[in-house]
Amino acid sequence: MTHTLEQIDAPASSTPSPVDWSKVQKWGVLGGLTMSFIAAIGMVTALDQRLIISPWLSLGFLTLLWTPVVFGIIAATEDAETPGVAGDRDVISGFVTGPLSGLFFAFFIVIIDAFDLTDIFRNLGPKLVELLTFGRGVGVAAALWIISCGLLGLLGGTLKIAPRKARSMIGAAAMSVVGVALLEIIVTDITQGLRIEFVADWIYALNGGLTPASALVIAAGSALFGLRSDGSTLAERRLERMNLDPEVRFRKNVVAAVLTILAVIFLPMILGGLTNDLLANVGLFILMGLGLNIVVGSAGLLDLGYVAFFAVGAYTTAVLTSPLSPFFTPGWTLNFFSLEGAAVITIVLIMAVIAGVLVGTPVIRLRGDYLAIVTLGFGEIIRILFLSDWLAPYFGGAQGITNVPSAGLGPVEIRGTSSQAMFYLIAAFVGAAIYVAWRLQASRTGRAWTALREDEDAAEAMGINTTAAKLTAFVIGAIFAGFAGMIFAVKVGSIFPSSFKLLLSIIILVIVIVGGMGSIPGVIIGAVVLIGILGGPTQQGLLQEFGQFKLLIYGALLVVMMLKRPEGLWPNVRRQRELHQDEMSQDAWLMEESSQDKDGDS
Amino acid sequence: MPVLEITNLRKNFGGVKALDGLDFHVDKGEIVSVIGPNGAGKTSFFNIITGYFSPDEGHILFNDVNIAGHQPHEITELGIARTFQNVRLFPNMTVLENVMVAQHCRTTTGIFGTLLNTPAFRREEREIEERAKEVLAFFGKRLRGYRWDQPAFVLSYANKRRLEIARAMATMPELILLDEPTAGMNPMETAELTDLIRQLRDDRGYTVILIEHEMRVVRDVSDRVVVLDHGVKIAEGDYKTVSHDPNVIEAYLGRPSEAHNA
Repeated sequence: MTHTLEQIDAPASSTPSPVDWSKVQKWGVLGGLTMSFIAAIGMVTALDQRLIISPWLSLGFLTLLWTPVVFGIIAATEDAETPGVAGDRDVISGFVTGPLSGLFFAFFIVIIDAFDLTDIFRNLGPKLVELLTFGRGVGVAAALWIISCGLLGLLGGTLKIAPRKARSMIGAAAMSVVGVALLEIIVTDITQGLRIEFVADWIYALNGGLTPASALVIAAGSALFGLRSDGSTLAERRLERMNLDPEVRFRKNVVAAVLTILAVIFLPMILGGLTNDLLANVGLFILMGLGLNIVVGSAGLLDLGYVAFFAVGAYTTAVLTSPLSPFFTPGWTLNFFSLEGAAVITIVLIMAVIAGVLVGTPVIRLRGDYLAIVTLGFGEIIRILFLSDWLAPYFGGAQGITNVPSAGLGPVEIRGTSSQAMFYLIAAFVGAAIYVAWRLQASRTGRAWTALREDEDAAEAMGINTTAAKLTAFVIGAIFAGFAGMIFAVKVGSIFPSSFKLLLSIIILVIVIVGGMGSIPGVIIGAVVLIGILGGPTQQGLLQEFGQFKLLIYGALLVVMMLKRPEGLWPNVRRQRELHQDEMSQDAWLMEESSQDKDGDS
Repeated sequence: MPVLEITNLRKNFGGVKALDGLDFHVDKGEIVSVIGPNGAGKTSFFNIITGYFSPDEGHILFNDVNIAGHQPHEITELGIARTFQNVRLFPNMTVLENVMVAQHCRTTTGIFGTLLNTPAFRREEREIEERAKEVLAFFGKRLRGYRWDQPAFVLSYANKRRLEIARAMATMPELILLDEPTAGMNPMETAELTDLIRQLRDDRGYTVILIEHEMRVVRDVSDRVVVLDHGVKIAEGDYKTVSHDPNVIEAYLGRPSEAHNA
């Protein structure tokens, strides 16, 4: 139902349109540039030792080889400028785009071989040349690159016109081979937990990566699985879900929720320490993401200094519990079943509320960009205060506060180094946060926030005290972050001002944006993708190899998301509406037409 | 007995006198139209009553309480609702949500009630929804059924204006200020809305002040017409008197030129 009028009115042409050479040129050159860029930033060299299929394909080369395929698909795809039906032109477009990229890239190899550029670009040295020429001389390598890029481009163009089923089969095969290879650590971890190490031993080669045989098996298996799917896209399935009978949908949601809870309870027992630690980090960021989501997603207040509340929570905990706190040393233990623990939690809560009110009150009258800039300033001020000599007698300055003791649950000790216990602790807090966020969403308070975000003046005319509503959002967000800070202090064991940089605020915001503003499952997905897969500012993700390119990938991801899917991975319904108003209006118009036909009234 | 009594209201924006010593009153159950050429100060007048601007001078007594300088949400709570000249709905909230959110100042459940899902909270949520549906029913079949769950931005222009009135009604006011409610409507819709405005008073007991440019609406619904020009009241009375007032004709059409007189 989302066709534009032009598409409906345009006569269906049966003849394939000619190849759009300018588009092919554009994407060919862009592909070459992308490959050269990836090589120049050192990804190929850095990831060369990490094998995907041992010993043929390394992750380093994979970062290059996807380019001709994807750019071939893009060049072959019809858009507004190249209307017409799919056909040979797609294959030809792909087949030309690929070698063009290859030619460009070969030229790049020739240049770095001829000139020593290591003074300017550290990576463009003999090591890269050696790698890219396979040690066979520049001429042979250039030819090889052009030919292989041509073949990959051809693959892209063919994929474009291939039937949906074939596409989903090939897609599934490629994704699962790369996925299983990248998830080597976690798969090994799980198989060890289940005492079936021999599976991992068979899948992975000794020097890392899949063995050719296991790669084949995995590819074939997942292709078969792809055969089962009807080839519908993710969006279509979502739409289908949305149109389900509410009762059926509710039942499905309940089943999904129960499965998730069971997984959260039992998975950590199977998983090893590394994976649990990773999940615990993800949970910490989910907790903060949920808080920021209330401030930014629901109430529409762009807060760039969110890390301040995280810092307040962490420092409060450190001061109250650490024996090495420089000034005030009650040395309480954070045992959740003891009076001392309750006191710590209460004080963290109160401090977070005070911080929320202190930061919130002066900025509440500001709107939009101004609010963002001022909160950004506040976030930095709080970090610099903790760092300052002035407060060093109280908070330890740059030395921070160390020796934050472990938390406890009655007789059970929750040590920061015990990732499984940490995971359960964080999961409990995340669960509570999800409940709070979910209850508030469809309540009087939540509606007031939404109204505030949509139109502040009109919200006031509805009798909403905008100052109070904004402050509430700020304070609830601060409480979430304060508790995240508390757990962080226990988990890491020592607190330094450098743990609370602006980057952290931005990463939490990116989680909310990528996941889907205003959407609770969105925040979870966002945190899993960004922190779990790529890794946080100091936390390692599944793709540890990409660690040094993390921020680059964050940036690229954010740009692609803003262009292709601004509503996020798992959008909030309202937000999706907002970004697709035109299409929805048209749908509503069609609906009205049909309903009027039925009613026969005007 | 006047519901709203305004004396000597003044407001300057820089050197522009938006309102220049205005006296005004509305009795309970009255429908009063405020008319005047563009820039006469009509919308500023509304914005001052509803607290968006505070007056430089003068008293605004609403049921004998001086509301001059109060915050907009406080004034809504006291019982004055308004609509906006250029429709200002919450576009991405559904029709029903738009009306539900308008009951904010009439409901009390706080965060704790919400989190604990108390019986009081559930009862209140149910009441909010029922009241919203009841208010929307005022507009016949225009805003019912599948419309409840449509986002406000898909509504037709006339329906948006209706929803804005519904939203104002849901704040449970005593006095409703309508800012050009029929702007942009076709003659049929205008006639329908004229009836509705009358029903607002007759069936629902609201007192209504409206700003209107469409003279047929003014003629059909007003008990009294107040004409503003340059922030000053230049005429007052029933439609017939006002429409023949030479000052009013001059304000709208300009003074006949000397040459013409000669």
